[in-house]
Amino acid sequence: MSDSNQASQSSLSQMSSDEYKAIAKKHEPSRPVIRNCIRAFLVGGLICLIGQCIQEFFMSVFDMTTKEAASPTVAVLIIISVILTCFGVYDKIAQWAGAGSAVPVTGFANSMCSAALEHRSEGLVLGVGAKMFKLAGSVIVFGTVAAFIIGIIYALLGFGGRG
Amino acid sequence: MKVTGQTWEYENKPVIIGTGTIVGPEEGEGPLAEDFDYVYDNIRINEKTWEKAERRLLEEAARKAAENAGITEDEVQFFVGGDLMNQIISSSFAARQMGVPYLGVFGACSTSMESLAVASMIVDSGGAKYVMAGTASHNCTVEKQFRYPTEYGSQKPPYAQYTITGAGCSVVSDQGDGPSITHATIGKVMDLGIKDPFNMGSAMAPAAADTITKHFKDTGRKASDYDLIVTGDLASVGLPIAKDLLKQNNVVMDGTIFDDCGLMIYDLTKQKFVNAGGSGCGCSAVVTYGHILKRMRKGELKRVLVVATGALLSPLSYQQGETIPCIAHAVALEMGG
Repeated sequence: MSDSNQASQSSLSQMSSDEYKAIAKKHEPSRPVIRNCIRAFLVGGLICLIGQCIQEFFMSVFDMTTKEAASPTVAVLIIISVILTCFGVYDKIAQWAGAGSAVPVTGFANSMCSAALEHRSEGLVLGVGAKMFKLAGSVIVFGTVAAFIIGIIYALLGFGGRG
Repeated sequence: MKVTGQTWEYENKPVIIGTGTIVGPEEGEGPLAEDFDYVYDNIRINEKTWEKAERRLLEEAARKAAENAGITEDEVQFFVGGDLMNQIISSSFAARQMGVPYLGVFGACSTSMESLAVASMIVDSGGAKYVMAGTASHNCTVEKQFRYPTEYGSQKPPYAQYTITGAGCSVVSDQGDGPSITHATIGKVMDLGIKDPFNMGSAMAPAAADTITKHFKDTGRKASDYDLIVTGDLASVGLPIAKDLLKQNNVVMDGTIFDDCGLMIYDLTKQKFVNAGGSGCGCSAVVTYGHILKRMRKGELKRVLVVATGALLSPLSYQQGETIPCIAHAVALEMGG
């Protein structure tokens, strides 16, 4: 018994990372990618559909143009997302919907609101103010950088600019 | 105390004379609800911050453990505790409230058995009559520190585990009624290259397999000497991996029940949000001190080996691309021995 244990010990400590990962892989359930894609498509689409309805509402009731209605539409979506976050519902939707609830503007609002709520306990300045952009910060940074690069490409190729 | 390899044999057989377990609402909906001393109906534990909530769980579990042991908190000579928070604030702040000499320990989720092993050693060596061991975890403090804000909508993979909200404390004494602590096997840090912080079961399984192997080698015992061997917390992914590793190492696990605290605390078919099962310092503590010790006192289990596993990562280490080092400590309990 102890002999076999002796042998076994060395086999465990000598096992390479790749060998181990092959054993572990057998027992790890993989992410349900197809199901996630379908759900993301449905929920993402639904959020956009709701957005469209809100926009149509502003256009018909307040007589706004498409462009004018855009900002209040986004604001309403953000408010809905923040309310759902505060009631502890948005994260539950997200577990089901995956990217469907993360990609639209509501996901961005959720990332800021959840961080602000979480770090309220560290005060307004060091907590809410400083930590609110913990997750949204990189979206803003890389979104701006990407927009800058695309803008330059656009200008260089000559089909952008003030047109 | 006899030392063989990595294992301490407590010759004076310290006894767990009292335990206290306090859990949150989700654990209260699990199959072991009846075994806990108190179940909170709100995740905030009537406190304003998550950190205060975790500390309160530990303070109340400590109070309950002393009460069940039939002593006052002042009679506790040393408190050995730890938790998952940076600088183990929950334990240290709870120790401030208790006002007794304190040793802080950190073994991530293995803290439950690490603290029990150290407490038993103090008692066994005649260092004290009453020593308390305890640990706590709160789902939201851990999410906040290691992952994302609790209300952030990110989808968790099916192999992720759910940190339990709960605290467990025990009072170890040189004599009294209750299960005695016969051995403790102190684990080595194992790292087989898992990087994904959601994949705790895979990361920790080798540590559990290694410590179990060493325990059998050092004590000359085999799996069938135990009525129950539990790991904490490998959950539904890590436990089968540990079984595979043990089989590969020719360690026979027949003749016992080999289970996991992370699988016992929740009903995985009903409580889907836990994904692969429970985790966190509190998990193996409340399952051992609440459920397992109750079964031992009732005579349903005679000998039990608890192998608590811990992932020794920090938010910084995994963000910097480091792999996850893990550890497992085993404590052998025996009723009427």
